[in-house]
Amino acid sequence: MLTAAERRRGIGAGLTVLAAVLLFVGTAVATLLAWDGDQSASRLFTSYTWSILRFTLLQAALSTLLSVAFAIPVALALARRPRFAGRTWILRLMALPMGLPALVGALGLLGVWGRQGVMNGWLNTAGLEQPVSVYGLSGILLAHTFFNIPLAVRLLLAVLERLPAEYWLLSASLGMKPVSIFRFVEWPALARVVPGVAGLVFMLCATSFTLVLVLGGGPAATTLEVAIYQALRFDFDPPRAIALAFLQIALTAAVIALIALLPAATDTVRTAGRKVLRLDGRSAASRLWDGLIIAAAVIFVASPLLSVLVAGLRADLWKLVNGPRFIQAATTSLIIAVTAGVIAVTASLAIITARQAIKDRRDPNLAERLLSISLAGTSSLVLVVPPIILGTGWFLVLRQLGNVAPFAPYLVAIINAMMALPFAVRVLEPALQDHRHQTARLAAALGVTGPAKWRLIDLPVLTRPVLTALSFAMALSLGDLGAVALFGSSDLVTLPWLVYSTLSSYRTNDADGLALILGAICLALTILGTAGQKEHKHA
Amino acid sequence: MHDGIVLEQVALKLGTTSFDFDCRIETGAITAIAGPSGAGKSTLLNLIAGFERPQSGRILIAGTDQTVSHPSKRPISVVFQDHNLFAHLDIFTNVALGISPSMRLSSTDRDNIETALSRVGLAGFGKRMPGSLSGGEKQRAAFARALVRNKPVLLLDEPFASLDADLRLQMADLLLKLHHETGNTVVMITHDREEIARVADRVVRVEAGRVISNEATMDYLPRFAAAVSPPSGSM
Amino acid sequence: MRGISTFLLAATAAVLAPFAAKAQDKTLTVYTYESFTSDWGPGPKIKAEFEKTCACTVNLIGVADGVALLTRLKLEGEGSEADIALGLDTSLISEAKATGLFEANGIEKSAVKVPGNYADDTFLPYDYGHFAVIYDTQTIKTPPKSLKDLIEGDTSQKIAIQDPRTSTPGLGLLLWVKAVYGDKAPEAWAKLKDRVLTVTPGWSEAYGLFTKGEAPMVLSYTTSPAYHMVEEKTDRYQAASFSDGHYIQIEVAGMLKHAKDKDLAKSFLTFLISPAAQDIIPTTNWMMPAAATSAPLPDAFDKLVKPANTLLIGSDEVAKNRQAWIDEWLTAMSRK
Repeated sequence: MLTAAERRRGIGAGLTVLAAVLLFVGTAVATLLAWDGDQSASRLFTSYTWSILRFTLLQAALSTLLSVAFAIPVALALARRPRFAGRTWILRLMALPMGLPALVGALGLLGVWGRQGVMNGWLNTAGLEQPVSVYGLSGILLAHTFFNIPLAVRLLLAVLERLPAEYWLLSASLGMKPVSIFRFVEWPALARVVPGVAGLVFMLCATSFTLVLVLGGGPAATTLEVAIYQALRFDFDPPRAIALAFLQIALTAAVIALIALLPAATDTVRTAGRKVLRLDGRSAASRLWDGLIIAAAVIFVASPLLSVLVAGLRADLWKLVNGPRFIQAATTSLIIAVTAGVIAVTASLAIITARQAIKDRRDPNLAERLLSISLAGTSSLVLVVPPIILGTGWFLVLRQLGNVAPFAPYLVAIINAMMALPFAVRVLEPALQDHRHQTARLAAALGVTGPAKWRLIDLPVLTRPVLTALSFAMALSLGDLGAVALFGSSDLVTLPWLVYSTLSSYRTNDADGLALILGAICLALTILGTAGQKEHKHA
Repeated sequence: MHDGIVLEQVALKLGTTSFDFDCRIETGAITAIAGPSGAGKSTLLNLIAGFERPQSGRILIAGTDQTVSHPSKRPISVVFQDHNLFAHLDIFTNVALGISPSMRLSSTDRDNIETALSRVGLAGFGKRMPGSLSGGEKQRAAFARALVRNKPVLLLDEPFASLDADLRLQMADLLLKLHHETGNTVVMITHDREEIARVADRVVRVEAGRVISNEATMDYLPRFAAAVSPPSGSM
Repeated sequence: MRGISTFLLAATAAVLAPFAAKAQDKTLTVYTYESFTSDWGPGPKIKAEFEKTCACTVNLIGVADGVALLTRLKLEGEGSEADIALGLDTSLISEAKATGLFEANGIEKSAVKVPGNYADDTFLPYDYGHFAVIYDTQTIKTPPKSLKDLIEGDTSQKIAIQDPRTSTPGLGLLLWVKAVYGDKAPEAWAKLKDRVLTVTPGWSEAYGLFTKGEAPMVLSYTTSPAYHMVEEKTDRYQAASFSDGHYIQIEVAGMLKHAKDKDLAKSFLTFLISPAAQDIIPTTNWMMPAAATSAPLPDAFDKLVKPANTLLIGSDEVAKNRQAWIDEWLTAMSRK
């Protein structure tokens, strides 16, 4: 239903983004490969490589399984209770772990589950002597579920909330029991997105680094990302690092393709203006169940954050905020986050527009279909390109231009934007799809195109999803330690960097305080991203 | 005792709007619910269906007090304007859910479903997905489900509002045909005067959260000639 | 949008800044590790002190750590801005020399006094520390008295160590065990494995776990307790003195072959081992001074463990065997 010009523009935008991403990654890889190192191509496929490959797969698969399996009941319970006091805050809470630097999250988790944590304290008073150990595979899974259950809940809940309100009335009227509602209404809707969500979680877990090392207990727990890091940072062996990175990308692509093969219904539904009434949520049993599930999820996610809060409050926050580097770090972090967010959202919009433009054609040709697939693949797989490869590769490129330090913030912003791309696309795609569905004919009939269409038809409706995607991307970028540790310059101190540097100067207390402030900023961002959600509900 | 639908001083407050309904709906007749938008037509329907619970008053359906009973326990089938079919389930399953919400079907049930589909003109559509059906066909499937449910009361919330004029005519004919075959009680929200004239025996008019009149269609139409704005395509 | 324009402005300023500095007077560019340049580190004070005497500007550039520093130099090669690289350690020296980027400094270094009498014509020691097991006196009443004690001791008392693949202290412990156990190192690691709570990517994570009470012991430096005594006024955390010796980490600085102003670079190195600079290091970098200070160190330093026996494996040998030893470590530690 698009005009030929709109279609051309859409496809053009998609091509531009695809070319930009490939160029960005390709340049880094090519430069690194061209660098004539002294000790290139040492043995790639040793038994060591195989064992970390196995472990990477095992822990990522288990983490994904657990995260999605636990996220489903939580999302169902939250969807069943569309209105209760504190619901918005619970959703905001679910956005917090993503913005935490891995180390801060890990320390928070240890405050609850660690040997000296609250949990073991309780078990001790309950008469159990031996502390439960969180180190090893169980610790890794715990941490990965802490970071990914909230993410999965948010994505799954969004799908359930987009189901027509009539569905719930119909299922009540037809007398469907909870099991039937799950089987015929909820699960079919979830099944459409579970592969995508699982793929995203899998990628995040497969490339996990700090969490795996800190909580893994020993080198038996090592991911490919660690090996890539070692190959580049310690051995400076770019060919090996790149070979491992390709292995990581190929592996993840294979797993995602496998997940995508799972049967999934494709029909999309539109949101309805009708208010959601969930009669299945009114029985005492369902109140009890949902209450328990939601409470458990809140406790699971909030308790480590609470431990970050408690630890952080011990620091002299006022002094920290007034510290000479804090303002600089906060400003740098925010500027990078905004830039990364804007780039991620813009690129996502281009990707989605291009895919819709291709879909809009009755009979897309092979090239167009390929483009659509590449766009979908690119927007996911950039997540598993190790930032250290991008950072090092681009360092080599930019060095030829002289001083690299001024470019560092841009580079961090671009790398962060690429990491955020998969999230932004997932938030924006359904919203854009609905929106096109509802307005495409009308806009075509009225002949509204170009900027006017954006301003009059798209912008008012898309502001909220764009804000949500932006806050997602920004939180992600804020928590990132930065791919360019190599660039080193006093101009590029970000908040997570400051947390680390404070910690490496023995100042644990101050680091806790800074982590708390970082978490608070992420919370503020999510509030911004979810603003206006209420009005939308009652509309 | 009245064996239709009775709302006795049914009061409900949603946000800042309060509703107060008191009316009787004849059994075995087609009753249209008319009134300006926002007057409370859907709330009235929701109360009868059990989607909303009154804060006071009683609702009786076919002589039984149904004030607090669950929607599925009421002798009622509902058809909305849109989204009557679960988009991810085929037509057969969508209709079959009307018989058994857990899809435990006997071979008689299966035969009944096929029969119902052919009665609404959808023979052979069982395997199709809702997405491949036209708007009219989707509503026919919803009627098929109401048929297999075999409940004495059918509630319709602007069932044909999103269809074009020709289809509305066809669907009204289908509704009448099924009504004559089953003799059910039909309550239908509609904006369309022609539709009221064509199918309704009686009209309940709702304004500002209250029933202001409840009379035969022939009495209603002349009185509210100007009050109801004609939908596009009619006149 | 305003954020972006501010960003552009800041970036432009950053591009122009070096030119502004150049126009003013001589500059000395020092590559170092990040914690050296931090507000609490020795960097700012050393920069200020040196600038008083040299009529120049010191430009400190901090990268993540000593390893990143060497990588950066390798990447930049001859075109590097750096005049001085400060913060390499003894196990990296051989690799650093192999790059051919450094030049002997030829300065008078009789003032340098580090255990084991380490001396080198290219790399100048400016501080050192012995690796040590730091323990929490509230949990551990009888600390291990030797590496053997640590390895064979009570496995319920855990230690947090660092990964030799990603951190220099981790590599330090690897070399320490190698220095004491030689060919028997794999067996030693197999025993120590059960005492290891977890292996972290860097020093910060392990030390964080330690101060949070997760692990009662951590691999760090003999000087670590000095921080807690001086800054936090507590002697809760102490170093365990090992009778079979402590492995040493000597931090060194070197002049690059292509330094713009070699006299300036040499005078900086000379300054680095003068009392003016050495006074700064102990309480900012929390390491032992490599040369005389003008005043005695704070009392806390007197209370520190003074290793009777210093262990050090030559840098060439480390460079040659590092990968094999890491593989050995991986095998021993990965065994179930």
